[in-house]
Amino acid sequence: MTDAAEAGPFDGMLKPAIDDDSRPFWEACDRGELRIQRCAACGVRRMPPRPLCPHCRSFETAWDVMSGRATVWSVLVAHPPLLPAYGDQAPYNVVVVALDDDPSIRLVGNVVAAGDAPLDSIDPHTVEIGDAVTVAFRRLADDVALPVWVPA
Amino acid sequence: MRDATAIVGIGNTEYAKALDRPEKVLALEAILAALDDAGIDPADVDGLASYTMEGTEEIEIARNLGCRAVTWFGQVGYGGGAGCGVVGNAAMAVASGQCDVAVAWRSRKRGAAASRPWAGVRDRVGGNQQWSRPWGLLRPVDEIAMLTRRYLHEYGGSREHLCNVAMAARGHANRNPAATMHAKPMTRDDYFAARWISEPLCLFDNCLETDGAGAVVIVRADRARDCRTRPAYVHSWAQSIPLDHQTMTNFFTDDPLRGPAWDCAAKLWAGADVGPDDVDVAQLYDAFSPLVLLSLEGYGFCGRGEAPGFTEDGGIALGGRLPVNTSGGGMSEAYVHGFNLIIEAVRQVRGTSTAQVPDAEVSLVTSGEGVPTSALLLVRR
Ligand SMILES: [Zn+2]
Repeated sequence: MTDAAEAGPFDGMLKPAIDDDSRPFWEACDRGELRIQRCAACGVRRMPPRPLCPHCRSFETAWDVMSGRATVWSVLVAHPPLLPAYGDQAPYNVVVVALDDDPSIRLVGNVVAAGDAPLDSIDPHTVEIGDAVTVAFRRLADDVALPVWVPA
Repeated sequence: MRDATAIVGIGNTEYAKALDRPEKVLALEAILAALDDAGIDPADVDGLASYTMEGTEEIEIARNLGCRAVTWFGQVGYGGGAGCGVVGNAAMAVASGQCDVAVAWRSRKRGAAASRPWAGVRDRVGGNQQWSRPWGLLRPVDEIAMLTRRYLHEYGGSREHLCNVAMAARGHANRNPAATMHAKPMTRDDYFAARWISEPLCLFDNCLETDGAGAVVIVRADRARDCRTRPAYVHSWAQSIPLDHQTMTNFFTDDPLRGPAWDCAAKLWAGADVGPDDVDVAQLYDAFSPLVLLSLEGYGFCGRGEAPGFTEDGGIALGGRLPVNTSGGGMSEAYVHGFNLIIEAVRQVRGTSTAQVPDAEVSLVTSGEGVPTSALLLVRR
């Protein structure tokens, strides 16, 4: 079976090395869901995921499905020198978004025209802090769908 | 351990884009220079302190120097956050009697293409990097650009203020014959004409790529008085990992613009007889210009959001409110993971800097902001 991204527009882009802590996040993304880890004892969400709740020290966790609505918290515009797969799409934006359901949870992403659109599918200088965005997923590999963001 | 130990020797190689000797040889050259500066026999070195990222192991240093017996050695992690902690840990080992003559060093051939950030990068990225790298947030400069854009949004300030940081460093480097940028003056027009790297950061918001090494020698205060140089006493030092910190990509905490510097500063000042108002000169880690703004606030030289204004009207240049990075720093002297900043902090206490603050008595040096960090407060007695 070939890698879904092979020879595609996203060939050569970096993919997560999925581990015990991150597996539920990436498995949810693979199903088209944005899920965030929550402490099953005290209810506080945390990102990045980890085994122990730093508030109440419970190992019990749950994974909440989020609405996928978010607000741009910060943005940069990357220029070369970059890894070739990224340099080919530069200049492009990288954002940190805060989730509308729980603004304490932030994620790194890109604002793009659609889930399967390249990094430079939007003029990076039009992306501003405070912009409303909605999650989409970019298929990078058989086991990896990367959450990205489209203008709301 | 206030003033219980002192830095009595400093040494460094030349700094350049590419040096022909290996890192090990550069390390040995810098250490020998520092020991010669102190007037201490290399055989007497019994403590060795370095960065976890250091490529030359303690055993290599020890068997090349001919150290009779090394009885303490240790390393500190987190790259540019380590430097002052390396020296601080060595000072602690000396003060507690684990060793009598400690050497701390850093040797780096960063100019080599093989040491660039993505040399050897693989298709899959794990650990903390899986939460940033896949989206093209690839380089340290991108990580800091993200925080910078948010800083400018929250507090105002502009690229003019980042330019102030770069210009102050360059002006100091132009006075320092050992600085890489000694013969290269820079204008504000040069700064604004430079190409983007990661907006809002341009080329001149970035540190240099340098080959070179530096070393310091630390002994107890009673022995320091017998050395051939004026001692720079270790008055206070500190390290910090703040609550919920993630190194470099510290975007996930409640307040990402309050980085490790704040807790490090609280510990540093709690261990000192002096405060920020007493500091005569500061070497603030400057892998990127905005780190200087964050550090000015973190170490208490101004309030939050006030660092841009602090840099105005020559505020951080020689003769200003607080001269910063008086050798040219990482941006214009050399980027050796901040070790050249430690050496310059000692020179200021000795009165031998090429951008000397008159009668400097209290000299601060900090390590990387945005990573688990450290700071060192040196004084003249
Ligand atoms: Zn909990």
